[in-house]
Amino acid sequence: MKTTPYDKLEEVQDALAKCMKCGNCMAVCPVYLTEKEEGAYARGKLSIAEAILKGDLDLKDDDVQEKLFNCLVCTSCMQNCPCGVDVCKIMLSLRAALARETGLHPIKKVIFGALKNQPFFDKAMKAGAALQWMGLRKLPGNAGYEPRFTMGLSIKRIFPGLAATPFRDQAPELIKAKNRKTKVSFFTGCAFNYIFPDVAQDVVEVLKENDVEIAIPKEQQCCGIAVFAHGDIESARVLARKNIDVMEKTGADYIVTACGSCGESWQHGFKELLSEDPLYGPKAEYWKSRTYDISTFLTKVIDYKKPTGRVEATVTYHDPCHLKKVMKVFTEPRIILNAIPGVTLKEMAKPDACCGSGGSYTITHLETSMAITGRKMDDIRKTGADGVITGCPGCMMQLSEGLANSGQDHVATHYISLLAKSYREARKSKTEEIKHAA
Amino acid sequence: MLDTAIIKQLEDIVGSGNVLTKKADLVTYSYDATADMPSQLPDVVVMPATTAAVQKIVLLAKEKSLAIYPRGAGTNLSGGTIPLKKGIVLSFQKMDKILEVDPENLTATVQAGVVIQALSDAVAPYGLIYPPDPGTVTTATMGGSVAECAGGLRGLKYGVTKHYIMGMEVVLASGEIFRFGGKTVKNVTAYDFASLFVGSEGTLGIITEIIAKLIHPPKFRKAMLASFKRLEDAGNTVTGIIKAYVIPATLEIMDKMTIQTVENYAKVGLPTDAEAVLLIEVDGGAQQLVDSEAEAVLKVIKENNGEVKIAQSDTERDQLWAARRAALPALAQLSPTTVLEDATVPRNRITEMLVAVQKIAAKYQLKIGTFGHAGDGNLHPTILADARNKEEMERVHQAVDEIFAAALKLGGTLSGEHGIGMAKMKYLKSELGESGLNLMRRVKEALDPDYMLNPAKMVPVKG
Ligand SMILES: Cc1cc2nc3c(=O)[nH]c(=O)nc-3n(C[C@H](O)[C@H](O)[C@H](O)COP(=O)(O)OP(=O)(O)OC[C@H]3O[C@@H](n4cnc5c(N)ncnc54)[C@H](O)[C@@H]3O)c2cc1C
Ligand code: SF4
Ligand code: SF4
Ligand code: SF4
Repeated sequence: MKTTPYDKLEEVQDALAKCMKCGNCMAVCPVYLTEKEEGAYARGKLSIAEAILKGDLDLKDDDVQEKLFNCLVCTSCMQNCPCGVDVCKIMLSLRAALARETGLHPIKKVIFGALKNQPFFDKAMKAGAALQWMGLRKLPGNAGYEPRFTMGLSIKRIFPGLAATPFRDQAPELIKAKNRKTKVSFFTGCAFNYIFPDVAQDVVEVLKENDVEIAIPKEQQCCGIAVFAHGDIESARVLARKNIDVMEKTGADYIVTACGSCGESWQHGFKELLSEDPLYGPKAEYWKSRTYDISTFLTKVIDYKKPTGRVEATVTYHDPCHLKKVMKVFTEPRIILNAIPGVTLKEMAKPDACCGSGGSYTITHLETSMAITGRKMDDIRKTGADGVITGCPGCMMQLSEGLANSGQDHVATHYISLLAKSYREARKSKTEEIKHAA
Repeated sequence: MLDTAIIKQLEDIVGSGNVLTKKADLVTYSYDATADMPSQLPDVVVMPATTAAVQKIVLLAKEKSLAIYPRGAGTNLSGGTIPLKKGIVLSFQKMDKILEVDPENLTATVQAGVVIQALSDAVAPYGLIYPPDPGTVTTATMGGSVAECAGGLRGLKYGVTKHYIMGMEVVLASGEIFRFGGKTVKNVTAYDFASLFVGSEGTLGIITEIIAKLIHPPKFRKAMLASFKRLEDAGNTVTGIIKAYVIPATLEIMDKMTIQTVENYAKVGLPTDAEAVLLIEVDGGAQQLVDSEAEAVLKVIKENNGEVKIAQSDTERDQLWAARRAALPALAQLSPTTVLEDATVPRNRITEMLVAVQKIAAKYQLKIGTFGHAGDGNLHPTILADARNKEEMERVHQAVDEIFAAALKLGGTLSGEHGIGMAKMKYLKSELGESGLNLMRRVKEALDPDYMLNPAKMVPVKG
């Protein structure tokens, strides 16, 4: 297999040389806007990368590592870059080189190792003991979980509780449709599977309402974005290949996702990882163009059933980075929200500013992460909306935490849950009508 | 590495979180947006939040003979913030408070680190604008743009930064704090200090506060795009419009190379067979006025064989501007290194300058796209190269020399808005002569006898 920048750092030279140091990326980097230091955003990080390649800085230096991980990989900078610099590719290549040279952090190694072995991971996640093993300690009552280790970084953090039964344990592997329009495979991702199975149910409910046959293969794996982001390229590749195999077996026409990171993996990440793989490269390419966020699938691939049930709500919509900036999905969720009778959408200033989650970033860089979320909360508050809607479980967690921290009692909701609710309302009033008539 | 005692003193002044000494941090303050410049690590980066802190830092630096490089966002294009002689980089990015907006006197008072866009956003609710709008409005600081006298797209009608600075607070190299100017429209007390510090590129004093002038925005506007088969026609249109008693808010030009690159990159519908296009916007307080100015402009375009497209809606206007805004990104995509020049000529010599640049490009076999503020005679010949190719860079340097020589020959100047810094210092004598260099040195030494402030920029260091 030919090498990629993820395998050999020198290969990022060309990508790096494209940066003209204009600083445009500064204006949108959530980390910079919080810390106001040059090393916080792309231009600074790329200059560090240059110094590493020149031998002026050492990749293994703690300060250098800290800079490499002080990034949400949100791609905001790339949207503002006149030169088309692939900042995230460079960052992830650096992290991969670091993992190669120094090995992964021991705790991360255990966790990521488990991710590759789905049945084991599943069992581990289900068993209470696993949480301890993962470095989490259950807090009294329903307060969630707290990490026991510090991962070498300052973290003290409460996680949302895990679902009693993961989604894929509740769901059948195939849901047939009477007037089948098409067949999709639902790639659930970990967050829906373990933390928000009810939202995954809403996805299924909406697809069913639209006569779509749904495969939900139990064997599907984590999308691997977290391992990829930490430089464990080989594990990420293993996951990508397994996922491709599993999805291929379902015979579905499309893959549907409802998580920005999962969708990004299928539309971008797998191809990046497998670009030089003669067997899986073309497969990744095939699925890249057949994977849709559920909102795109509904509004652009099939002519979805327009919602008629009333849902009284004034909401604002947060654009998840990976959904908007990588998958370019931002009008579709709004089309759906605006179609629901009773829903009023009030846009916030900068709806696509990062929420501060960035996967594990929020754990390793709590202070900056929460400051970013704080700015988002201000923008949300100013809309006067009473509901916060988004399109990714990662953002749902982060925004819900932000809402809780600012003393508000509601949580962030996935747009699909609103659509499901509207369909339910419509069904309810129909049944009542029938009852009435009878 | 600086003496730890000095670091400790700096930490006492601004707090330890605002003093950076790690190499990984220092690397990120060793450059600015200028291509093809040497870089150097500072000894330390200090990020003050108050004028009092700045004063203490200056006094300490003076005592320890350390250089100070005031730095805003580091987006300048003349090597102005590179810490060539090591010492202290003084970053203003955390000193970013908007202190007051005064809608009655039409002023805003801001700390030096306020980003231009943040000021615009803060005055918008009062129905006011701060007109200077360099391409970097969303990143550049008020301090940096004042120190460079930044221009922008609206310079022709609304002027440049120097026209909007009513007063300042400056920390001098002596450590004294000096305030001048204020909210009065008129002020002839003592020397015109604003003129001294605007455009001083951090070499004469450290700007800590700025009183900026605000204006009411024009209510109506009309934008159009004119394309020409001959450069001369475009050049004559520029002067023709002014002769027709119209001062457009913007009068921008793009040459053939730029047009083709933009079209290829952004597919905005530019005429790729044209030698040049002009982007023109007229604005004003009344629809009638704007319409009649647009009429006059159209007539001039027709007389000069131009073909015109008028924006019929805000969307169409935005599309026209997107084309102009795409000029630099589109060119920059073509090659790794983008050398952005800033030669400026009297507006009636624009055609000659464009032809000169094209000849230079051919002579040195370089790709040069030229766009810029035609109404201001301010062109941005943009040379596309690869810094890793030594032989090519040699040709770039020769081309740059000739571009400057051509601008001066046409009665122009080295820099319209990007400043001198270290990039253009060697050309100063050809524009100012020996007497000019001597005067610069005397001004510098009167205010900063030890060359502590931004040394090796604008004025060569003594000895
Ligand atoms: C893509 C791009 C487009 C651009 N477009 C334009 C344009 O249209 N028009 C234009 O005029 N310029 C333009 N520029 C140049 C640049 O953006 C401006 O000069 C800008 O005003 C610099 O602001 P800054 O905050 O980045 O200053 P810096 O680059 O940080 O500093 C600039 C100079 O000011 C000094 N300085 C900074 N802060 C202070 C202070 N508080 N006190 C004293 N001295 C200080 C520095 O020492 C340095 O000499 C462009 C640059 C780029 C990269
Ligand atoms: S990816 Fe996001 S956090 Fe990282 S440098 Fe770019 S904008 Fe900043
Ligand atoms: S916007 Fe792009 S080219 Fe400009 S500094 Fe950032 S990464 Fe480099
Ligand atoms: S995005 Fe996160 S939650 Fe979704 S599958 Fe990937 S790792 Fe798991």
